[in-house]
Amino acid sequence: MPQLNKDARHTVTMTLNGDEVSGYAEPRMLLSDFLTHEIGITSCHVGCEHGVCGACTVLVDGTVMRGCLTLAVQAEGSTVETAENLASDEGELSELQLAFKKHHGLQCGYCTPGILMSLTAYLKENPKPTEEELRDMLSGHLCRCTGYVGMVRAVLDYCENRTD
Amino acid sequence: MADVVEAKKYLGQPVERVEDEILLMGKAQYSDHLPTRAGTQHAAILRSPHAHAKIISIDTSKAEKIPGVVAVMTGDDVKEMSEAFLIVLRQPINQWALAVEKVRYVGEPVAMVVARDRYIAEDALSEIDVVYEAMKPIIDQEEAISDDAPVVHEAVGSNVVSTRDFTYGEPDKAFADADKVVKMKVRYPRNSQTPLEGFVVTADYHEGENLYDVASNYQGPFTSHPVMSMALRVKNSQLRMRTPQWSGGGFGVKVQIFPYVVLICLASKKTGKPVKWVEDKLEHLSAAAAAPNRLIEMEAAVKSDGTVTGFRFDQQDDYGAFLRAPMPGPLYRMHGILTGAYDIKNLSVTNRVVMTNKCPSAMVRGFGGPQMYYAIERIMQKVAIELDMDPLDVIRKNLVPAGVFPYRAAAGALIDSGDYPAAVEQAVDEGALEALIKRRDEKRAAGKKYGIGYAAIVEPAQSNMGYLSNILPRDERQRNPKGGAVANATVNVDPLGTVSVTADSIPQGQGHMTILSQIVADVLGLTPDHIKVNLDFDTAKDAWSIATGNYSSRFSSATTVACLKAAEKVKAKLSRIASQTLNVPADQLEFVDGKIRDPANIENGINFYRAAGSAHWTPGNLPDEMEPCVRETGSWSPPELESPNEKDQINTSLTYGFVFDYCGVEIDEDTGEVKIDKYVTMHDSGTILNPLLAEGQVHGAFAWAVGCALYEEFVYGDDGSFLTGTFADYLVPTSWEVPEPQIVHMESPSMVTPLGAKGIAEGNCMSTPVCLANAVADALDVEDITLPMTPSRISAMIHGEEKPPANDRPIAAAPIKGEGNVLRGTGETFVPAAPQEVWNTLLDPEALTAVIPGCHKLDLVGDNSYEADVSLGVGPVRGRFKANVGLSEMVEPEKATLSGGLIGSLGASKGSGHVSLSASDGGTMVTYDYAIELTGTVASVGGRLLEGAAKALVNQFFQRLGAQVGGAPVTGGEPWWRNLLRSLGLAK
Repeated sequence: MPQLNKDARHTVTMTLNGDEVSGYAEPRMLLSDFLTHEIGITSCHVGCEHGVCGACTVLVDGTVMRGCLTLAVQAEGSTVETAENLASDEGELSELQLAFKKHHGLQCGYCTPGILMSLTAYLKENPKPTEEELRDMLSGHLCRCTGYVGMVRAVLDYCENRTD
Repeated sequence: MADVVEAKKYLGQPVERVEDEILLMGKAQYSDHLPTRAGTQHAAILRSPHAHAKIISIDTSKAEKIPGVVAVMTGDDVKEMSEAFLIVLRQPINQWALAVEKVRYVGEPVAMVVARDRYIAEDALSEIDVVYEAMKPIIDQEEAISDDAPVVHEAVGSNVVSTRDFTYGEPDKAFADADKVVKMKVRYPRNSQTPLEGFVVTADYHEGENLYDVASNYQGPFTSHPVMSMALRVKNSQLRMRTPQWSGGGFGVKVQIFPYVVLICLASKKTGKPVKWVEDKLEHLSAAAAAPNRLIEMEAAVKSDGTVTGFRFDQQDDYGAFLRAPMPGPLYRMHGILTGAYDIKNLSVTNRVVMTNKCPSAMVRGFGGPQMYYAIERIMQKVAIELDMDPLDVIRKNLVPAGVFPYRAAAGALIDSGDYPAAVEQAVDEGALEALIKRRDEKRAAGKKYGIGYAAIVEPAQSNMGYLSNILPRDERQRNPKGGAVANATVNVDPLGTVSVTADSIPQGQGHMTILSQIVADVLGLTPDHIKVNLDFDTAKDAWSIATGNYSSRFSSATTVACLKAAEKVKAKLSRIASQTLNVPADQLEFVDGKIRDPANIENGINFYRAAGSAHWTPGNLPDEMEPCVRETGSWSPPELESPNEKDQINTSLTYGFVFDYCGVEIDEDTGEVKIDKYVTMHDSGTILNPLLAEGQVHGAFAWAVGCALYEEFVYGDDGSFLTGTFADYLVPTSWEVPEPQIVHMESPSMVTPLGAKGIAEGNCMSTPVCLANAVADALDVEDITLPMTPSRISAMIHGEEKPPANDRPIAAAPIKGEGNVLRGTGETFVPAAPQEVWNTLLDPEALTAVIPGCHKLDLVGDNSYEADVSLGVGPVRGRFKANVGLSEMVEPEKATLSGGLIGSLGASKGSGHVSLSASDGGTMVTYDYAIELTGTVASVGGRLLEGAAKALVNQFFQRLGAQVGGAPVTGGEPWWRNLLRSLGLAK
């Protein structure tokens, strides 16, 4: 890893949801702050800033990462995916998103984008989890509104009936 | 009594939410995403590490010199620029937005830095020198009332700041005539539903207008608006409060933004620039809000057949360090319904408000209900045990009977509708209670600890704005009577016939947009997707009143009605317009499928948009005296919400739903884990407006209630240290811990609100903690249950208190037990240098400076006594500390004892340890042990993080020592925090 001057602002360039974007970051700037305040996306929600709640979860080169525990400069040259990337280019919700809507899997929506990103990665590895496996995986996220019932139903329904 | 509107096409249906699409796409703009003006500055807040201390001096000069810092403010600035916050009680409990003269809880704001960005502002915090003179804190609410307890507010002279007695019926006679008096003392813990999104405030002071323009995720009630404007010394209209459409959870907590709104307003005025502040989670957990912990001593007068004839309550609520409006609401919001679901005529109550050195209490979902029902439903179980009756039979015996509604409860609640006995039997039947009892018998026969719990509660909704008046003496409250609860909504139809709706409900995810679109669609014969609901809110433009906001489940019975009235006004107006064209009397027209038509001849109609458009395009053609445009506001306040009467009776809420729960729990004897085996929850919440959303509210309330019962508590050390400052310490339930409850519904429409709907979002917060506690009491056959029922508490009940682990080596002298967090550790490490070299390094200040992680400077200040300046950070806590370390019991080059302490803005620590050196394999084996006691903010980062960090620091110290002695460069090692992240599985 290159040595960076801690007091300087550095250009950080990444492929974000298919587009090349760049902005400035001091080495200590968090990826979550960079994406929100430098680039201007709205899905990387900062909940706890200590890695427990999962609201800031994004994919960096396909790996699930907490935006609040990653430095922006670490994502230099990476491919970053966020929840803005899940709907189609025409703005139609994905089948997983539609299942969340159908089963009332969200209320305030603050935890939702992070959960969708973890699911996006997880369901590639395990396309048909049991409820127990799913709840185990979801326990990496905190939701204070829903009691998790709707989102568990949504994911199980989606996995059972998906056509995508 | 209101006329009840019959069910319609969309209302009552499980319509999917109109909110979801933008939220699922991650494109909703929450408060932190709102655009800010160029030049906006960022605030960071320095908070007290002490629970109780005098502020001797604050030196901000170093912080002010940091490039990018535009202002540093202290309590002196704030006191000069603003008034103390108005409170409900007539007591000299003065609070400003920053501490003045004294700090009264860990986390209290002491100073604020305003800087170009948040990172710089936080840097500058560590350059503010505050000198405190620590005072003895008072933490325990029972000790707080004793005469020799430290007093939180000297001007009051006592920690008991309000005591009120109430009597209804003839309680003394009921207790004298009772066959048995059952007594119980219970405690309910401090907790909060802790929304994931913290507080966000942006304030922009407009000098020419003397106006504060604020964008924040404040949730109301707007009774706090005058508290803020008076503090800022402006008229209400000069404090413009705006709230965005999207908020990341509220649960009542977000009323407590208001001191920060004032603080950031003052920052903007002082700097002449817009200022933004975003709360972090440590700030939130330690200093935002907590439901008050409550101590209740309760008595029930009981007949031998199980009839309860009277209750006596002695309630003592701990509000922490200050009484912020609308405190002490939790003690009075439930007042009218103090007899719960039971037909009990005789009641006496003593309410005490107590102050301690903890975070000030606030509105939190349930708002006094969880505490009150914890006492009532625990004692109802005890009545059954003492009479050797089935607990459910005691509940059945005492329920408010069917057919008596509206029913006036002893303390004044006017229960609007219901059939409690039928609801209980339906739940017993649909939830298969008989099978559950059989299961308990089988489990017990197999040697398992299995219990069943019950709880029956009445869930109030839409608070009477006069509910707090009962805290004032009768003559005082009659001079300025308060009551009612106003709701507002506006329906607008634009020139092309598009319908939009605004309202004063300020939601945080409950789905208000969907419900309002259902209501308006039904009235105007449109589809919900035709209705654009916009619930961002602006006091400068929207209709609002003091009751505005999202709390006490007021939406279903209040805002919906205002919206219904507005939609009906629009319908009446458009009917008159259409009537001219259709030659049919306006009151005979129907609105169906986007048309206004004659039901007798459905071909005779016009399009909705055309009728609406004529009010814009051809106002000259409107019926006589009709105003142009189509924009109608509905305002509504129910007449049933009267001020308290001369007998202190008050109808504290408008609607009263019924909840009956039962559950089966199994306790793991080895781990003490409480496993919820089955949970049934019956709700009669009146008419259900949208079953999908109603169920979501039940599930959400249930999940938090499981947290309250089993995991969640704000914990303080005896010294006032806050010990639960992260989500690794304040444990909230995940998908793994929350089972899916079986929900049973009954619908008894309310007669006091036109749509018949009651609240549904708070019931389980009130019923579930005590239902689970009753089940655990049944499983373990014990009376004293302390929430949360953590595995360690349950284990202690089964096996006795856990003994401290035995150590095979002597541990360093332990600091005083119970004062804050104590970290202990032992270890050994190999250093590739001879013992004498290691020893010399340990005594060389220059070498030590290089070896100690984060050390900026180290001076020898006496014989074997050092003073150091070090930066340390753990999790969300980072700060600079002064360290004093002394060496004693030295045997060169074999062993020494270290003792000393750290002090800094984030807290203090003292500790001691032993180091011994022995020659081994051409190097030195260093063996060490330590015990460190932490106080202040650092202590709030408990358990796992701190232990990991301490180990990582010690390891790093010896790594660097080895490198220093061996002559290798010290910079090669990885930073200690990376080791920590790796050990937590958060880094590669």
